[in-house]
Amino acid sequence: MNGRQAANGAIWIALLTMPWWMNALGGYTELGTQVVVLALTAMALNFLLGFTGVLSFGHAAYFGLGAYGVGLTIRYLVPSTPLGILVGVAVGTVAAAVIGALIIRLRGVYFAMVTIAFAQVFYFIAFRWNKVTGGDDGLISWTRQPLDLGFARIDILHNAIAFYYLVLVLFALAAAIMALLLRSPFGRTLLAIRENERRARFLGIPVELHMWLSFVISCLFASLGGTLYALLNNFVDPRALHWNMSGNFVIMAVLGGMRSFWGPLIGAAIFVVLQDYVSSMTENWQSFLGLFFVLVVLFFPRGVLGVLRRRAVS
Amino acid sequence: MSLLRVENVSRHFGSLIAVSGVSLVVEPGELRAVIGPNGAGKTTFFNLISGFFPPTKGRIVFDEYDVTKLAPHRRVKLGMARTFQITEIFPELRVRENLRIPVEVASGHRLRPWLSRDADEEVRARVSELLEMGGLTGHADRLVGELSHGDQRATEIMMALALKPRLLLLDEPTAGMGDQETYNITQLIRRLHKDQKLSIVLIEHDMRVVFHLADRIMVLAEGAVLAEGTPDEIAKNEQVQAAYLGNVQEKSA
Ligand SMILES: Nc1ncnc2c1ncn2[C@@H]1O[C@H](COP(=O)(O)OP(=O)(O)OP(=O)(O)O)[C@@H](O)[C@H]1O
Ligand SMILES: [Mg+2]
Repeated sequence: MNGRQAANGAIWIALLTMPWWMNALGGYTELGTQVVVLALTAMALNFLLGFTGVLSFGHAAYFGLGAYGVGLTIRYLVPSTPLGILVGVAVGTVAAAVIGALIIRLRGVYFAMVTIAFAQVFYFIAFRWNKVTGGDDGLISWTRQPLDLGFARIDILHNAIAFYYLVLVLFALAAAIMALLLRSPFGRTLLAIRENERRARFLGIPVELHMWLSFVISCLFASLGGTLYALLNNFVDPRALHWNMSGNFVIMAVLGGMRSFWGPLIGAAIFVVLQDYVSSMTENWQSFLGLFFVLVVLFFPRGVLGVLRRRAVS
Repeated sequence: MSLLRVENVSRHFGSLIAVSGVSLVVEPGELRAVIGPNGAGKTTFFNLISGFFPPTKGRIVFDEYDVTKLAPHRRVKLGMARTFQITEIFPELRVRENLRIPVEVASGHRLRPWLSRDADEEVRARVSELLEMGGLTGHADRLVGELSHGDQRATEIMMALALKPRLLLLDEPTAGMGDQETYNITQLIRRLHKDQKLSIVLIEHDMRVVFHLADRIMVLAEGAVLAEGTPDEIAKNEQVQAAYLGNVQEKSA
């Protein structure tokens, strides 16, 4: 067993046993669920950011579309959690496919700016379209629905641990697919684009097509994260679409380490813990987060996991 | 049937005419050199052939296809591969991965989310073969960004070869190399040309390399063709001596 396998094993054991140790440490199950949901989204963003080299500051758009997709479906259409998730993911992914096709030729900061702009469009729609979305007050009067498996019913609404494991199953599925893709020929073309777009192009890779695919895959899993976020809170409001939220995902990815697959998970854990503990002590928790972020970027540009990995090698 | 026909291409950058009415025909199995002083338009000419940007005027025909406006990756698919004057590689990937990527692209795997065991074996075998040919086997698991300049350039050539091209465009492959490295690369190019009958167009400043390898030489100056012929003809051409070779001899003296 090598170091990488040991790390993978440790991460999965920690995730599988979370409800036990989280409570022992004085936390609560929902805190762990939040980490996994945000980690899923940050890892989805990092598929694009760290492994394709494309900077999106607008992933809240797809996160938020997933969140509203599931909320609106359950509130107005069908009281079904799985169907709501499917609708949320479909809406987010279709939006990403269309927007991606429009903007994929832009590069660097221009691309990043336009991703923010699109996210803000959705933010304002959610904010203004009071009648349907509840506007600034958010979408209320709906809750996640029990899972009906045919032979059994699982009450994910009242049983926080059951809901955690539902989230973990979907997280595991998403992580497995992303990991598989990154080790595949397709994944290697993404690394090639990240490393040297010109070289990739002149080795016969249609760069725009591959970037677009990476963008859509990334947004698909970000919208899955969004659906779970809404289900966790039994609530969505326009902040899920705000550029602040997009920025948080970038912060998580960078904090944990963009070049490592699990980095964003660590980043999300740090983020949630800081938010939970520091915000209970001071209103100003975002300043602490900002300071912490700057320190990490200055002294550990490869993120927390990047540092640990380097230690392990030397 | 010629492999590549460049017909009267020009390329303007604003008021600058970088390439002006240049034609070139490459027959299968031929090794052509393009020489000329700095800023003559050699690299621009390569950029036109490989599709970096389209020509302002003229036509490019590869293997009977009009590729004048074709995207670079489509030209690769037709069988063109190139290297760059300033090395273009994937610095933070291992040498093995640098080669694996073009091998997979050439095998039609680039969109696959996984490979069958057989396909994977085939890819690995081809990568080992390329490592061996480029003298890179000992460096296979190092990050290519950590290699010497010469090994990086060798890697880039092997990446182009991984595409199994029918036409290889090499932009100053020996630039910045020591004598031993230059010799190795020259021998490699010679083997590709003589043994594998690969068609090659070579931009090169080192006249020893050019005269050793080329079947025919084209001399560019200020964007236009100054002379064209066999190495002997070019060596005797007075215009070329005056405009270019004289300079080189002065420089190296
Ligand atoms: N993309 C570009 N935009 C504007 N001008 C360019 C561009 N590419 C090349 N040029 C100009 O075109 C002319 C020819 O440049 P080119 O690089 O083709 O010369 P070269 O023969 O390859 O020279 P060298 O031996 O130094 O590599 C130069 O004056 C150069 O500045
Ligand atoms: Mg040049």
